[in-house]
Parts: sequence; C-alpha cells; structure tokens
Amino acid sequence: MISAEPYVALSLVLLCLGLVGVMVRRNFITVLMSLELMFNAVNLNLIAFSFRLGDLAGQILAIFVITVAAAEAAIGLGLIIALVRLRDTVSLDEADLMRS
Amino acid sequence: MTFYDLIWLVPVFPLIGAAFNGLVSNRLGLPKTVTHTVALLGAGAAWLWGWAAVVQWMLTEDTHRPYVVEVFSWIQGGELAIYGGRVVPLEVAASFQIDALSAVMLGFVTFVGFLIHLYSVGYMHSESDRAYARFFSYLNLFMFAMLTLVTGSNLPVLFVGWEGVGLCSYLLIGFYFEKDWCAAAGMKAFIVNRIGDFGFLLAIFFAFFYFGTLEFAGLHEAMAAHHGVPAAAATIIGVLLFVGAMGKSAQIPLYVWLPDAMAGPTPVSALIHAATMVTAGVYMVARCNFFYQLSPTAMLTVAVVGGATAVFSATIGLVQNDIKKVLAYSTVSQLGYMFLAAGVGAYIAAIFHVVTHAFFKACLFLGSGSVIHACGGEQDMRKMGGLRKHMPTTFWTFVAATVAIAGIPPLAGFVSKDMILAKAFEAGLTDLNGYGTVYFLLWGLGLAGAALTAFYMFRLVYMTFFGSFRGGEEAEHHLHESPWTMTLPLQVLAVLSIVGGLLIGFPGQLFHLEGWSLIERFMAPVVLGHGEHGHHAVSFALEWGLVVVSVAAAVAGILVARRFYRLDPSFAKPRALAERFPFAYRLLLNKYWVDELYDATVISGTVKGSRLLWEVDARVVDGAVNGAAHSTVGSSFLSGVFDLKVVDGGVNLVARIYDVASRAFRRLQVGYAQGYAMVMVFGAAVLLGVFYLIKL
Repeated sequence: MISAEPYVALSLVLLCLGLVGVMVRRNFITVLMSLELMFNAVNLNLIAFSFRLGDLAGQILAIFVITVAAAEAAIGLGLIIALVRLRDTVSLDEADLMRS
Repeated sequence: MTFYDLIWLVPVFPLIGAAFNGLVSNRLGLPKTVTHTVALLGAGAAWLWGWAAVVQWMLTEDTHRPYVVEVFSWIQGGELAIYGGRVVPLEVAASFQIDALSAVMLGFVTFVGFLIHLYSVGYMHSESDRAYARFFSYLNLFMFAMLTLVTGSNLPVLFVGWEGVGLCSYLLIGFYFEKDWCAAAGMKAFIVNRIGDFGFLLAIFFAFFYFGTLEFAGLHEAMAAHHGVPAAAATIIGVLLFVGAMGKSAQIPLYVWLPDAMAGPTPVSALIHAATMVTAGVYMVARCNFFYQLSPTAMLTVAVVGGATAVFSATIGLVQNDIKKVLAYSTVSQLGYMFLAAGVGAYIAAIFHVVTHAFFKACLFLGSGSVIHACGGEQDMRKMGGLRKHMPTTFWTFVAATVAIAGIPPLAGFVSKDMILAKAFEAGLTDLNGYGTVYFLLWGLGLAGAALTAFYMFRLVYMTFFGSFRGGEEAEHHLHESPWTMTLPLQVLAVLSIVGGLLIGFPGQLFHLEGWSLIERFMAPVVLGHGEHGHHAVSFALEWGLVVVSVAAAVAGILVARRFYRLDPSFAKPRALAERFPFAYRLLLNKYWVDELYDATVISGTVKGSRLLWEVDARVVDGAVNGAAHSTVGSSFLSGVFDLKVVDGGVNLVARIYDVASRAFRRLQVGYAQGYAMVMVFGAAVLLGVFYLIKL
C-alpha cells in the first residue's frame, strides 16, 4: 500500500509555490503560469486521495479541473492581449484603472 | 297672384340696384349710363309696383284692415315669461303689411324717391365713375331701407328699416369722406341717432314684455281691449318710442345732427334729410298711435317737444346765411309741427303734413341744389342774388314751394299746417286730457313759428333770386339753368306743392263739405278710437277765424322779409337790427350755443370719463396685473433659494456623509489585483486558523 503523504506534501509545496508566484510576480504571464501550478497542485491532491480512498470521483473532478483550467487559460491570455493593446505592456502594475 | 301679395318686392327692387351698383359697377368703374340706368330701374320699379299694389289693394280688399304678407319666419326665440306670468313664444316673421298709413307713405316715398334719383343723374354728373356708382348704390340702398320701414308689419322689421336708413344717412352725409368735416358730420348723425335708437330698442323690449307680441295688428288689438296691462305701460313705451323719434326726426334735444347733415350732396339732403328719412319718426309715432291714445303723458311730451322744436329752430333759421342751413333748420321746424300734430292726437294731420312737406321741402332742396350747382358750389346767400334772370325754371319752382311752406292758401303747406294748428287749438278748447292750457300755449307757439317760417323763407328767396348778383363777375358768367333731369323733378314737385294739398286733403270743414278730405277718410281706420268722438268741437266761424289768423301771421312774415331784403338791396335794416340787439343776434347766429353746450357737457364729459376709466385701467387694473407678476417673481426667487440651499443642501449633505464615512474604507481599495489576492490568502489562512482552534 503506497502512502498518500508524499503526494499531499508535494501538492502542498506546489500550491505554496503557485500562491507566492501569483502574489508577488508582476508579469501577467508568470502570474498565469503560477495559477496553472496551483491548479495542478490541487489536481495532484485530488488524485492522491482518490487513489487512497478507492473512489474515482476525485479523478473525474481532476479531469474537470483540467478542462476548466484550459478555458481559464484562454480567457487569461485574452486579457493579456487586451492589456497589451491598451497599454503596450504585460505588467500588472499598469492595470490600475480602478485606483483613483 | 296680385301686386299687393308681393308687396315685399317693392323694397327688393332698389336692393338689387344697390347690390349691382355697389358690388359690380363700383368695382369695375362701369360708365355712368349703366350705373344710373340700373339705379333708376330699381327706384322706378319700386315706384310702379308700389303704386300698382296700393291701387289694387284699395280696389279689391277691405281698406279698414291691414293686409299682412309673411315672407319668412325670422326670429324664433323660444318661450319667454312676460308680464303677468304668461309664457309666450318669441316669434317674429319678416312680414310686410299694406294699410292706409303704409299706402300713403309708400305712395309718396317711392314717387319722391324716384324724382330725386332722376335729379341726381344731373347733379352728380361731375363725379368720377366709381364715386357715381357708390352714390347711386347708397341711394338705392336707402330706398330699400325706407320702404322696409314703411311696409314692415311689426316693430323689429320697422327697426331694420330704421337702422338701414340711419346707415345710409351716415354713408351719404360722409359721401365726401376725404373732407374731415363731412366725415365728422356723418359720425355726428350716426351717434346722435344711436342715442335715440336706444330708446326705440327699449320700447320694443317693453312692448314684448307687456303684450307678448310685436305685430302692429296684435298691439293695436291689445291696446284697444286694454285688459290686464298697467296704464303706465303705454306711457313707458310711448315715451321711449318718442326718444327714438327724437333722434331720427331731429327734435330737441337730439336735433343737432340734421343741420350738419347738409355736408352730404344736395339730392341726399332733399331725399333723406327733408322728405323721407326724417319723417320716419312721425310715421312711427302715427303707426304706434294706440300707445299714445291711451297715455296723456306721452301725448303731452310729444306735443311739447314738437311745439318747442318748431319755434326754436325757426328762430335759428332767421339769421343763417348758408342756403342749405336755412332749409335744414326749416326742416327741423316743420318736423316739430308734425309732432305737435301727433301730440294733440291728430295723427292724420301729422302724416298729411309729412306728405306735403315732402313735396315742397324736396322741391326747395332740389332748387337750392340747382342754385349751388349754378354758383359753382357756393352756398353762402350773401354771394348770390339776382338768379331769377339766369334760372327761370328753378326760380318759379322755388317760389311756388316757398309760398307753399309759408302757408299761403290754397297751397299744400297751408292746408296741412292749418289743419295742425286747428287741431292744436281744438285740443286747447276741449281741454284734451286736462292739459288744455298747455295746448293753447302750443297753438300760440305754432302760430309764431308760422310767421317766422314765412319770414326766413322769403328772406332766402329775396337774397338768392332778387336784387343783383354779388358773387363777382366771373361767377356771374358761369350762371346757367340746370339740365332737364334736374328741372323736371323740380317742376313736378312744384306742381304738387301747389295742388297736392287740396288734392289729397281738401279742408271740407271750411265749406260745410265734411268728408271731402281724402286722406282723413282713408286713414281713419289706422288711428285707435278715431271716429268715436268725431264731431268738431270748433265752430264754423271759429274755423274760419283760425284760418284768417294763421294766414295773417304768414303774410306779416312775408311783408317784413320784403321790407328787409327786397326793397333795400344793402340789407341796412336787418343789419341795424342786429347791431341794436347784438346778444340776441349772436345767440341765434351761434344756434343758442347748443353744440358748444353739448361739447362742454356730454362730449367733454365722455372724454373725461373715458380718461378717468383709462387712468383706473392703467393704475388699478394694470397695477393688479403687474403686482401679481411681481409677487410671482418674488415668490419664485424665494423658492429658488429654498431649492438651492435646503433641497440641494440636503442632497449634498447625504453625499458628504457617505464621503466622510467611506474615507477609511477607501484605503483598502488599492486597485491592485495582486493586493486583493494577498488579502484573500491571509484571510483564508486566518479562517483556517480559527476553524482549527475551534475544532480543538
């Protein structure tokens, strides 16, 4: 019986890496990649527990997450292109219209 | 179908002529021949049809009853509550009637009217084509109105004619409207007439209120039966009707317009302001005699005003120098005689004098027109004289009419005027209505007036036709007799002035030939109660005595005039007389300053009153309106301030509250997506921590 702990630990590390990336990086593309990392951390966690508990629902949920992430990436890239067109930059610091 | 069934055609013929000349001929400026042919056809058709209708009616119908022809239903005013609580429908038909009175009026109005149309053809020939058409259009329109007046069978139809003649009078007095004084004379006539018309209108209203009908026949019957109507009704209606007659027939105090009306062309003065229109008042009083017969007060009013006017205006006529002015005051005076007759109950004598007066006064006016025409528009008698040689036809016709008006037997004026004076004396003798003394006095006034009439008329003749011409050589060169269209009417009217009186009103009582007076027999059914006390109160000898007295008065007047103006070409005697009594002379010359008196009282009073009302309007009414505006401006200013400070202030205060309250929270809204993400993460961490602690 393979233990689940290493997978959960790896998942936690990936999630924290992604989280830090989302919070501190200024480049929109890097933020998007970090976000992707967080998704996959979650997927890993889901699959690990699915395997450990013998319940396929977790794996199906992971596949859903991958699907939705693909859509999310498309929207995210679209936003990047819009930002580039408006401001000629990919820096998130420049996207500050809400700040008066 | 008979002529008298279509009696309404009589006024319609001249109306067609008026419409053609007014609407077509005047617009297009058609030649004079067309214009006067149409006008003469209109007046001539009315004359022939009118006479045919009268003759046929006399031969086929009962002349004791009016023959009424209803043309169409005119006024339908619904039901009205009248005196005594009765409810009657107000229905007036446009209906015409023919009876003895209408027949007499119709007979001479159409005839004299036609003659004056004929005369105008010659007199107006120097006008422009369009003015000529305008003149004949008015003249025909006048005929229409006058014939409506004398044939109408109820008060409203009579009133239509009454107003129509007033309108035409105004239009024709102001015919030369480019001259200010002519236009002013027209307006004066119209306004003074309106004052009288107001009384007439009130009389019509009262007549309907008391009797519920406006038909003459119905009113006559109601008054004859005199049931259920207060005695005062007859007095009220009679006096108000007479107020109307005062205006139209130029009696004191409303006579002032007639002398000024001489501003119109002379044929107009003859037709309207001497022969026909001004006698409308006499006609109306005679027509409504049933009111007067039952009201001694109304009768006395008519007699006193008439007698006073007869003498009053005769005295003014003594000193006037304008030939037409003399005739105008003479007309006013003669109208006074007619009312004196009506006031003593001698309505037939009044109408008789209307007819004879129409003959000789029309002749005099047309003669004066012929004189003025020859003198190139000059009307001042001091610049005439000796015209006898130059205008023989005008001269003899004028003299015939003058002798007639002076009251020399057996000419027309004598017969009718003597009848009036005899009736006035008889009224005094029989103590009519208990006012015998007043009637004696009025007879005396009438006699004095007769002497004055003879004097001023012969003064006019001597100054105009005798002596030598005083208008300068060049004017004398132009003197000429008038064309036949002018002299023919003169001759016809002069013949009628001579024989007309005896013809229609032979004074049979003077020769024990009672009933020889055609007009008296003919018109008897028109007068209420006539014949009930038909016996003559005046004895045969007294009758002759009265004739002698009145003829003596006339002859005296003529002799004085002859002494003053014929035998002495320098007029030294009258001048000396005027210098001896300067005040009396100036009083008469200035017509008793009546015009000035009216100017100072009525006219300036009206002007001042209007000014006062204008001030009230400007100050009070406008002030109120402006005050309302000012108060609106003020209150809107206040509400504006309230809106700005209080309402807007409240709204701004709310905004400010939010502004201040949100100041702390605004700091959180940094606008960085990553900042929000950080807050989310720490928040989630805190929540996890809390859950963890709680689980423990």
